Amino acid sequence: MTAPKTLYDKIWDAHVADEADDGTCLLYIDRHLVHEVTSPQAFEGLRMAGRKVRAPEKTIAVPDHNVPTTLDRAGGITNEESRIQVDALDKNAKDFGIHYYPVSDVRQGIVHIVGPEQGWTLPGMTVVCGDSHTATHGAFGSLAHGIGTSEVEHVLATQTLIQKKSKNMKVEITGKLRPGVTAKDITLSVIGETGTAGGTGYVIEYCGEAIRDLSMEGRMTVCNMAIEGGARAGLIAPDEKTFEYVKGRPHAPKGAAWEAALEWWKTLYTDEGAHFDKVITIKGEDIAPVVTWGTSPEDVLPITDVVPSPDDFQGGKVEAAKRSLEYMGLTPGMKLEDIQIDTVFIGSCTNGRIEDLRAAAAILKGKKVKDGMRAMVVPGSGLVRAQAEEEGLAEIFKDAGFEWRLAGCSMCLAMNPDQLAEGERCASTSNRNFEGRQGYKGRTHLVSPAMAAAAAITGHLTDVREMM
Amino acid sequence: MDKFEKITGIAAPMPLVNIDTDMIIPKVFLKTIKRSGLGVNLFDEMRFDREGNEIPDFVLNKPQYRDAEVLVAGDNFGCGSSREHAPWAIKDFGIRCVISTSFADIFYNNCFKNGILPIVLPQEQVDVLMQDAEKGANARMTVDLESQEITTSDGQVFPFEVDAFRKHCLINGLDDIGLTMEKSASIDRFESAAQVARPWV
Repeated sequence: MTAPKTLYDKIWDAHVADEADDGTCLLYIDRHLVHEVTSPQAFEGLRMAGRKVRAPEKTIAVPDHNVPTTLDRAGGITNEESRIQVDALDKNAKDFGIHYYPVSDVRQGIVHIVGPEQGWTLPGMTVVCGDSHTATHGAFGSLAHGIGTSEVEHVLATQTLIQKKSKNMKVEITGKLRPGVTAKDITLSVIGETGTAGGTGYVIEYCGEAIRDLSMEGRMTVCNMAIEGGARAGLIAPDEKTFEYVKGRPHAPKGAAWEAALEWWKTLYTDEGAHFDKVITIKGEDIAPVVTWGTSPEDVLPITDVVPSPDDFQGGKVEAAKRSLEYMGLTPGMKLEDIQIDTVFIGSCTNGRIEDLRAAAAILKGKKVKDGMRAMVVPGSGLVRAQAEEEGLAEIFKDAGFEWRLAGCSMCLAMNPDQLAEGERCASTSNRNFEGRQGYKGRTHLVSPAMAAAAAITGHLTDVREMM
Repeated sequence: MDKFEKITGIAAPMPLVNIDTDMIIPKVFLKTIKRSGLGVNLFDEMRFDREGNEIPDFVLNKPQYRDAEVLVAGDNFGCGSSREHAPWAIKDFGIRCVISTSFADIFYNNCFKNGILPIVLPQEQVDVLMQDAEKGANARMTVDLESQEITTSDGQVFPFEVDAFRKHCLINGLDDIGLTMEKSASIDRFESAAQVARPWV
């Protein structure tokens, strides 16, 4: 009898193409997603060495980071460097014969939203992309993680990665979530608990009733931020919800292939008694709607709390907290709910899916964005945008005073013109509150879509439960 | 890739924890389609004001650290995005070795692909090296990959761990892709078997 395996063990074992005596493996990659920022040097490397893409049929490219999200973008990209980068991807996709969704395609969007939407991401796969938020795809029970540009070139040339296996970590969220608490609050709360280096060296499996209860969209939100906890990847065992989501997608298997796939996918779970090197358990009912106060995703507190003091911390975090508070312009002891907001951003690979837009629209319906505030919604893909229009969500956003944009990464990392000004304070559904992340000296508070909508109405960080 | 065997150079102290890749190289510099020339923008928003003037307090702007080859940093260095522009900028500036208690996974991998040696040591040892780095230009630290030892300016020696395969690649300046291509028969075999087992992929 074989030893019990974790989900990660099973996927890993199914993809080892070669193993050296010291445990260094060649891991075979089933899906390689590519965007314009981290790939040009890799394609250039292939050209210089006279190499081709080994498996173009498993390689999918879409521009997302640099693309404008304004309605006039068909007119082209004004910023020359951004335009060159997107043009380079156009050319590389064509020259190397890989699947491509150009800016003009309705299916274009953030690579981590397009992959699942088009059925490229399937359970049990290995998925990589030159982007740390590749962890998103772990929601399907696939092993998915970000890689650097040298590794992008390595995967393009060999369809493998040189890897050593990570350790297994289990994050269990037991019981039910309380009303107003979402997947974003789960994933931020986990990082608040473990710290941004708590997952370093591990692959996390999220499990427990509260995770099972999440939709596929919610599960993607949870896995998306595994990287913010330092983990190589985060994953969730596939179940009926997963299969239901995948079925019928353009690149999902059909007919007999579907049946065969399903049979294997149903074996993708952690065996009873399998070993985890680290276990974190959080009660679902203990999780509150949370916000970040500082410049690290671990700076998480329930909305009902107050801004902490550097003295509340130890070691190197004392200085880091001082620096964060100064950068964020906050005083210890002030109520988080009293923090005034200039801007609200709803979107990103963390929270740019249809369910996120529904959650925000449910709060905004019949309400107005507070006078003088800037508020924007950037759907994660052209198809999310179309669906939101069909469901009447776009009208709710527009009536409330939100800008209704085209798909892209937008203000999550502000590589396109969607940026914060110096000192501008934003309630954002994105994933990183680093210094300068959303614009030079911009100030970011990470929140769920519902919490972002609540802040848009009141003009300050707000407990969404008071509006439900 | 440039080889890394042994360096003796100035070490700069950056005790701040969670130095992220947006700090190391802000996104405005990710629009390049080249790997070179990013050193002038390393730590850009910490190093320069909006007008492009140096911020004198920033460690790499101080006269004694301008030629630093080693960085001693706080916990969780390189967290955040996968941008390889971070190690490209570090290397282009002239830094070949970063020492910390922990590194973010993707950044750590990226270093080895670019001739940079990231070294993980326990907190108390990093503290000693941080103090050594704070002495300034007179404190030249030696990092010897072959013997896996760091020697401080006053002769204290700290051994460090490094993965044997990565050490081999770094010392010899080996290109990963070339090495993997030598195993293409294994990849072919895997692909054929996978095509039978999971034809839908």
